[in-house]
Amino acid sequence: MTFSWIASYWSLLSAGAVQTLLLLVISVIFGFVLAIGLAFAQVSGGTMARCLARGYCTFFRGTPLLIQLWLFYYGIGSLLPLIPGLRQSLFWPILREGFFFAAVSFTLNYAAYEAEVLRGALLAVPKGELEAGRAFGMRPFTLVRRIWLPRAIRIALPTIAGEIVMQLKATPLAFTVTVMDLYAVASKVRQDTLLVYEPLIVVTIFYLILTAIIAFAFRLLEAQVPSRR
Amino acid sequence: MATEPLGILDLLSPYPPGWGGTLLVGAASTIAISAGAFLIGILLGTAGALGKLSGNRLLGLLLNVYTTAIRAIPELILIVGLYYAGMDGLNALLAGLNLPAIEVNGFVVAVAVLGFVQGAYMTEVLRGAILAIPVGQIDAAKAFGMGPMLRLRRVILPALLPNALPGLANLWMSVTKDSALVAVVGYQELALATRLAGASTKHYFIFFLASALLYLALTLVSNIVFDLIERHVRRGQPKLG
Repeated sequence: MTFSWIASYWSLLSAGAVQTLLLLVISVIFGFVLAIGLAFAQVSGGTMARCLARGYCTFFRGTPLLIQLWLFYYGIGSLLPLIPGLRQSLFWPILREGFFFAAVSFTLNYAAYEAEVLRGALLAVPKGELEAGRAFGMRPFTLVRRIWLPRAIRIALPTIAGEIVMQLKATPLAFTVTVMDLYAVASKVRQDTLLVYEPLIVVTIFYLILTAIIAFAFRLLEAQVPSRR
Repeated sequence: MATEPLGILDLLSPYPPGWGGTLLVGAASTIAISAGAFLIGILLGTAGALGKLSGNRLLGLLLNVYTTAIRAIPELILIVGLYYAGMDGLNALLAGLNLPAIEVNGFVVAVAVLGFVQGAYMTEVLRGAILAIPVGQIDAAKAFGMGPMLRLRRVILPALLPNALPGLANLWMSVTKDSALVAVVGYQELALATRLAGASTKHYFIFFLASALLYLALTLVSNIVFDLIERHVRRGQPKLG
């Protein structure tokens, strides 16, 4: 086992770690917002919204993330230049990057899984609390903002922690679409130095530490609200 | 490739110059890899669950390291790492036995690696399912004088399956999707076949959508099958909810 390569690759490794973290944070935040919409569409939407949201979740949960990623990067990526004017536009430098496609597909994928979690949690909020809110004269939006959503998120918190860790574990896939994330740096080290296991071990330790931090953060978050078990 | 532009149906036709046949062969190998890995996972998981429940401290510790490590490390890193470690380990073993190094079939490696990963998840699913069997049922079987094998066949397995089945179904779905990661180490299954088809025709979007739909079909059919099995093993039990 030799780890002397770490010194010369340090700047690459930290840049890769930042890319991995960015992918995680972007996909979790945007995915969560999208998931709230999808969950409400399924719980209280009309037939049309319900069917669309169901179909969306089934598609994204039923196909491998790798295929979704490649569908976006190679598939939609190869169709984008056909749109007239897009190549000259302001957005092209972003739309050209693998990172953009990775972020979009990870976000859509995370949203599908999170929507299922939230759907269950929304249904698990005690009916009496919603009725109490209505009895106070809350409008539907206030009810959602003050009672329904916060209570559902509180119920789903342990599952959300698990989903975020799952999402973290999916991020190395981004290297297949030229994103220089931590795993991509590790495989570059493997190509340069012919060391197979050491780079993988370093990356693994990074992931383990991050998982521990997420678990710890959620334990703190859960302790914010006292609960009777 | 053909000089005239091909329509979608031509591209997806099962005969050349269509790529449908390649995709279907890829889908078949995806199912074969998943099924093999699932079976190895069940074997490892059963052994792991019994080991964890045996009360042996050292064995329990080792199994805890196995299940925790596998569940904490990203699948892609596991697959790549185990791929190299498995190859190196096998060749070291062969060298130790004074045998020439061999090139292992990609299919065997894929099944072994995914099976090893599945085993860790199975261990937990099966351990939980065994713990959920009411102790009284096993006591009753003992009181009736059933031998260990008869008890396993008549009482433990039928009582265990309803508990374990939802977890097993989840694991089957996740192994069919994880098998796509094998494309990264270069074994041709559905994901890699799709990429080849896309690269040689430049119709990436159509092929990836087609293969996504193939995976989706696999998931939906599996769902139905698992529902039927669950209905069968839960027969006679009160309905939940």
